[in-house]
Amino acid sequence: MSSRDLILGRVRAALTDVPADDLPYERAVQRGYRQEHGERTLADTVDLLAENLADYRAIVHRTDEAGLPELLARLLAEHGTRSVLVPRGLPPHWLAASAAEQIQDRAEDTPRELDRIASVVTGCAVAVAETGTLVLDGGPDQGRRRITLVPDHHICVVRVPEQVVSSVPQALGRIDPTRPLTWISGPSATSDIELDRVEGVHGPRRLEVILAG
Amino acid sequence: MSDEKAPPPTHADAPPPALAEAPTPAPMPGDAPAFVGMPSFPRAARDAVRDTTLRANLRHATHTIRDKRAVAVAELDDWAALREAGRQIKDHTLRHLDRYLEQLEASVTAAGGTVHWAIDAEEANRIVADLVKATGETEVVKVKSMATQEIGLNEALADEGIHAYETDLAELIVQLGKDRPSHILVPAIHRNRDEIRDIFAREMSAWGRPAPEDLTDAPAALAEAARLHLREKFLRAKVGVSGANFMVAETGTLVVLESEGNGRMCLTLPETLISVVGIEKIVPTWRDLEVFLQTLPRSSTAERMNPYTSMWTGITDEDGPRSFHLVLIDNGRTDTLADEVGRQALRCIRCSACLNICPVYERAGGHAYGSVYPGPIGAILSPQLRGTGSEIDASLPYASSLCGACYDVCPVAIDIPEVLVHLRERVVEGGPVTRGGTKTVIRPARGHAAERAAMRAARWASTHPGVLRAGQRLASRTRRLHPRTLPGPGKAWTATRDLPPMPPEPFRDWWQRTNGGKDGLR
Repeated sequence: MSSRDLILGRVRAALTDVPADDLPYERAVQRGYRQEHGERTLADTVDLLAENLADYRAIVHRTDEAGLPELLARLLAEHGTRSVLVPRGLPPHWLAASAAEQIQDRAEDTPRELDRIASVVTGCAVAVAETGTLVLDGGPDQGRRRITLVPDHHICVVRVPEQVVSSVPQALGRIDPTRPLTWISGPSATSDIELDRVEGVHGPRRLEVILAG
Repeated sequence: MSDEKAPPPTHADAPPPALAEAPTPAPMPGDAPAFVGMPSFPRAARDAVRDTTLRANLRHATHTIRDKRAVAVAELDDWAALREAGRQIKDHTLRHLDRYLEQLEASVTAAGGTVHWAIDAEEANRIVADLVKATGETEVVKVKSMATQEIGLNEALADEGIHAYETDLAELIVQLGKDRPSHILVPAIHRNRDEIRDIFAREMSAWGRPAPEDLTDAPAALAEAARLHLREKFLRAKVGVSGANFMVAETGTLVVLESEGNGRMCLTLPETLISVVGIEKIVPTWRDLEVFLQTLPRSSTAERMNPYTSMWTGITDEDGPRSFHLVLIDNGRTDTLADEVGRQALRCIRCSACLNICPVYERAGGHAYGSVYPGPIGAILSPQLRGTGSEIDASLPYASSLCGACYDVCPVAIDIPEVLVHLRERVVEGGPVTRGGTKTVIRPARGHAAERAAMRAARWASTHPGVLRAGQRLASRTRRLHPRTLPGPGKAWTATRDLPPMPPEPFRDWWQRTNGGKDGLR
């Protein structure tokens, strides 16, 4: 007998005491929890996002669509970035004002090559205000998962208010589970030394978020 | 990018030291096999509580996280409803586990993954070793994973000539320090910053890039040293090994929550990804994540959300590993599932809130539990996964004062005290259990014969009033002759307690003599 059949057989044998239950799953679990916490206007929700991002040491900037190229150019210059990694579908005008060399995200690049690039600029799929979280789903303006991981400086543009939701349940409702997903809440951190949080381990140590809109 | 010049060769570019000459790697103490022969919990704990550094480290860490967790939980006014939903989702999944396992297998396979099944640790280790060997690689990078610790994967791979590099900071501290994990979330919780600095300075050079010469004990400096040390390993890794926090049956999605980015490195940079996951880690639907993504981070690191969560469904063209293997392990889980009271332990999402709140864990530390699963959850999980045959496993249900704090903080409402009492009964009385898929009846554990004899005698005496009365009078009249500690098998009981003083007369005699106390004052 295969281990598969053995395990499934043991599971069934283990459950012989359990009464039959044909309740459809939607009714089997009582979901008495909230879909979001508190009542807020859209503007309040964006403010909460900014507050929670900053609480976990992301650096938050605000601008409108017209001010985006200026701001991106300034942030890259302030970081001393000479080359910036760019996902294939990033709107070209975002980096129109920046002097940094733009390097396209390509499948054939090795991690070692990515490691020599200072910064990466991406969009996101959705942002969660209650937890201060950015969700990336590999869309055209976000690129492969590794490009927001290996460079030490990540600038993420969130279009507000349309990309912002209040809560985790609302975010899951907007995301396609079959895409490769990365949820980012602040720069890389660890609590492994005396259970105290320290920012800056393997992921980008500097996370800047631009709320644009 | 190709025009940029190659980085200078570093120490870490050199191939890893061969097993025969390596001063430090493998066999490491501290994984499943090395726990065999552990002394019983009371003996191990007796040594641990005398270690004042350990106690100070644990007290500092557990109190820090305890207070933060309370704040993070208080932010959600629907915590009780989230906890209840989490309990129900897990219970529902367990009661239909066969169905959800089949569904998961189908959806992972449809998404381009390959599913393997392992009945025990040995089979799981063999599957992983064969998968690694098939790639031609001799090293793997690992995301922190309880399941791979439980099965002793690193040692099994070392036996096959494969180096497994732990990349979580705390796991790295444990691996470099040739130590054993002592906490589910922070395996090096028993180490303070000075000790970590010393371990890094002493050991890193044998494994790759040495620690910086001027390494201080500042947590940021230690994190930086780990970043530099592991960077080369991540960038060259061809095989990643992980566990998973959740597997979604409906979609075939696996979920890993982490903080440092080492998880993302291992999950996205290598060409091959092997995930080793216990069969109980399933949730039925995508939507179910909305409960656990709220309760797990707040319960474990006391954050609204952990810095990084990765979710992947099979393989994706040109993003991440080109081949994905899921190894589903039983290793005692179906035996645990067969126990009507004990099966609730399988709800556990490994948050470690019960460790952080536990007064016994805080004083005894994780090593005394003799398992990769320490603390209250370990005290009910290890004896069920492994059976109560060994001295350590038979003693674990007693590693608790039954204060109930663990139950209060558990985000899936595991009634740990209830299971502890159930397992104590099993140890003392014996009874029906399932081991290796077979229902059997175990005998009472050794060492509890005196207790059982005393209980039987007490039962007989209390159902024979004449005997009880005679015995009580005899005891009262001879009270000056009683020793302060019991001899023989009773010695263990009085080793940590004083014998209660015997009253000059039995209660019933006093009642009769004083007319129920009414004449007592005269």
